[in-house]
This record gives sequence, structure tokens and C-alpha cells, in this order.
Amino acid sequence: MSVSRGFHGRRRTDIDPARVPPGQYVTGDFPVLSAGPTPHTPLSEWTFDIRGAVGAPVSWSWDELLALPSETPTVDIHCVTKWSKLDTTWRGVSVDALLDGVETAGAYVLAFCDGGYTTNLPLEDITGGKAWIAFEYRGEPLAPEHGGPARLLVPHLYFWKSAKWVRGLELRDHDEPGFWEAYGYHMYGDPWKEQRYRGD
Amino acid sequence: MERAALPRRLTWQTGTVAQLVDETARTKSIVLDVPGWPGHRAGQHIDVRLTAEDGYQAQRSYSIASAPEDGHVVLTVQHLDDGEVSPYLTRELRIGDELELRGPIGGYFVWDAELGGPLLLVGGGSGIVPLRAMLRHYLAVGSAVPLRLLYAARSLRDVIYQDELIRMREDDGLDIRFTLTRRRPPGWSGYARRIDVPLLAEVAFLSDRRSLTYICGPTGFVETAAGSLVELGHDPSRIRTERFGPTGA
Repeated sequence: MSVSRGFHGRRRTDIDPARVPPGQYVTGDFPVLSAGPTPHTPLSEWTFDIRGAVGAPVSWSWDELLALPSETPTVDIHCVTKWSKLDTTWRGVSVDALLDGVETAGAYVLAFCDGGYTTNLPLEDITGGKAWIAFEYRGEPLAPEHGGPARLLVPHLYFWKSAKWVRGLELRDHDEPGFWEAYGYHMYGDPWKEQRYRGD
Repeated sequence: MERAALPRRLTWQTGTVAQLVDETARTKSIVLDVPGWPGHRAGQHIDVRLTAEDGYQAQRSYSIASAPEDGHVVLTVQHLDDGEVSPYLTRELRIGDELELRGPIGGYFVWDAELGGPLLLVGGGSGIVPLRAMLRHYLAVGSAVPLRLLYAARSLRDVIYQDELIRMREDDGLDIRFTLTRRRPPGWSGYARRIDVPLLAEVAFLSDRRSLTYICGPTGFVETAAGSLVELGHDPSRIRTERFGPTGA
């Protein structure tokens, strides 16, 4: 660590520093990052699927997903590109509710999405009330550029793990890198340990 | 998905400011000597870390503006009035200062010659920065794939790398086109409107040529440009995007 001559920084006094992971700054904006064009799948064709290392695959239509009990988490989110956003409000179905009754010996999942995006997570990181399939943000349908109609929401990991335009979860025996993970981003992505890139 | 970068641990390195170039009233290029720089691909970015006397740190990501073949790592930074890091980089930093950085980062929004073409580059505002690295790489390796660049800026004064881009057009024969969305100088012969389907229909390669497209700019710009190309029949998997800046959400 070397001091940057003439740099004083702008410490925010209105935010509890304990809520901001190392290397992050808090923004009021909601920046958009995605690798390609925003997909627009008609809701009539939309399904959410759980497949892979499971006893039997399961599938929900859009209406079936909305008919499941939903929750309204308020969470802080942390993007690997350094911004954090506090107290974001969502509505979605807990992943626990979707995995209820699914038999699996797999310990990992690969979330898959419209547009071909994927991301890998340990199963235990999306169960136990830690993850949702979110379809509303701030009381409104989730906008397409933010991942609508539905995105994975896993707020305790860097936000690239909260896959936009999610269409399902593939259960796996082994942890295989998803899209950004294959390009050198961290396999797990804990913002509090600053696990941005491979080897962090 | 194209080939992934080899996994390699990214450690913090120190660069020394060798040169500072005023590109526009609000943007500055920082030319860095980075001993032991592992090299990069056109389109990648780096993380910059600033440290205050009391140990407080701030980090930001910036696209690399230089080609892999260039001897330096160049960042082009836009001054943001309410920013924390960009005002320091554009106003305070002096030649000879040291800058902590690590990279290169990202492996998808990159173009190297072996990816081929035709190559369509679409930049809005400071979104030109990673595309400029691609242009320089294209010329450095003598690529022969068809290339077009469309660059949208508010006015001619906001066009970053203006002299260099015009030189590439005049001397190297590159198909580089500008659209100025707010103010045009008298006698302006380039485009004079915001990016939309008709403009892209005019500039883009026909969809059956399966061009490889890179779009970088503010969110709204990228949404419009990428959505328009999909509407024109371009394969979404051949369109790579990089977005920055706030949205209304």
C-alpha cells in the first residue's frame, strides 16, 4: 500500500462503514452491467426449470411462479465493479420454496439464463433463506435491463452471481465455472473477503 | 463463449505517470509506465486504487485505451463532478506520480485479430475508450477484416481522440463515422441525430454477414444500439456490450 500524493478521499458520514465491504463505494444509482443485448422472452413462453442432478426435473410457468408464496426482502447489494447499493427492496419467491421436494445429491448449482449467461454457486448459498427468484424491484415489475422478468437475487455474494434473466437452476455434483468465472472472476465471490478475481 | 483467459492471480502493481494528455475539456489520458505489466487484450480494463494518508482507500475500474502493442498502459478518464476518484485522476495527478493498479480484467468485451470480423464498433461518449484500443490493435496487426466505427458524441468538442480518429479515417482509410447529437459545427457533414434503428441500418453490416459487434457507452445508449441491431436481424450472441453510468431506476 502506497499513499497517493494529494488524495484525501470523500468519506461519507451518512453511511455506517460496517455496511460497506472493502473496496466498495455506496451509490444511489442502480448501474446496469451486462455482456450482451437485453433478451425479451414473452411471458407466455417463459418457464423456470430445475434440472440436472435431481430425482425429477421440475418446471414452472410464469403464472405458476407468481402463484407461489412470495417474500419482500430488503437487502444491500454489492457489484464487483465497486458500487454498493443499500436497502434495495424486492419481491420474489424464495429458492427454498422452489427446491422444496426436489431430491438431489448435488452440492452446486449453475444458474442459466436467457441470452446464454450462467453463474455457479454452492447449493448451500441459495438455500436457508439466502436467495430468491426476484420479479419486482421497489414495488414495480423488474425492468428488462435489470434482469426482468426475473433474476436470481443472492445478496451476500457479488452481484454477478444474482443472474439476470434467470430461467432455471441446474444441480451439479461438481463446481464448474459460469460465464464470468471462466473469464477469471472468483468462483465464490464473497464481497466481505473481497473475492473479486481468481486467486483473491 | 470464446476462449477464456488463463487463470492468473491479479496482484497490485505500481505504475508511474509518464504523460498526461488533455483529450477534451472533461477527459484526460493518463499514460503509465508499468514495469512487469503482463500484457492485455484490446477491450480489457484495470482496477485503480488510491490511498489517503490515513489509509482510507478508494477503488474504481477503467477501460484500457491503449493497444496490446503499445508500449504503455493508457487510461482515459472522464471527470465526474460528483466523483471521488475521477477528479483526482483528471485534476490532481502529475507526471511522475505513482498509481496502484491491477489487471488486466475481463475477457469477453475484447477483440483480437483472430476473432475476425466484419467488425462493427459502436461507441457513445467515453464509451469510445475500449474501442480505441481495438482500433489501434486492428491497425497494429494489419488486420484486413472489414471494420466500421460509429461514434456518438454531444458535440465535436466532446469527441475524444478526435485528431487520431480523423487520421485513421484519412490516412488509414478506416470507415469511421461520427454522429453529433446536440451541437454541430457549421458545414458538418457527419450524422446529426441520436442512435436509432434507421441510423444503424445505414451504418451496420447486413445481418447475413454475421459481423461481430462491440457496443460501449451509457446504459440507455447501449440498450438502444444493441436492441436496434437485434431488431435488424443481428444475432444477439455476436453483440458484446459494456455499459456504464446510472439509470433512472
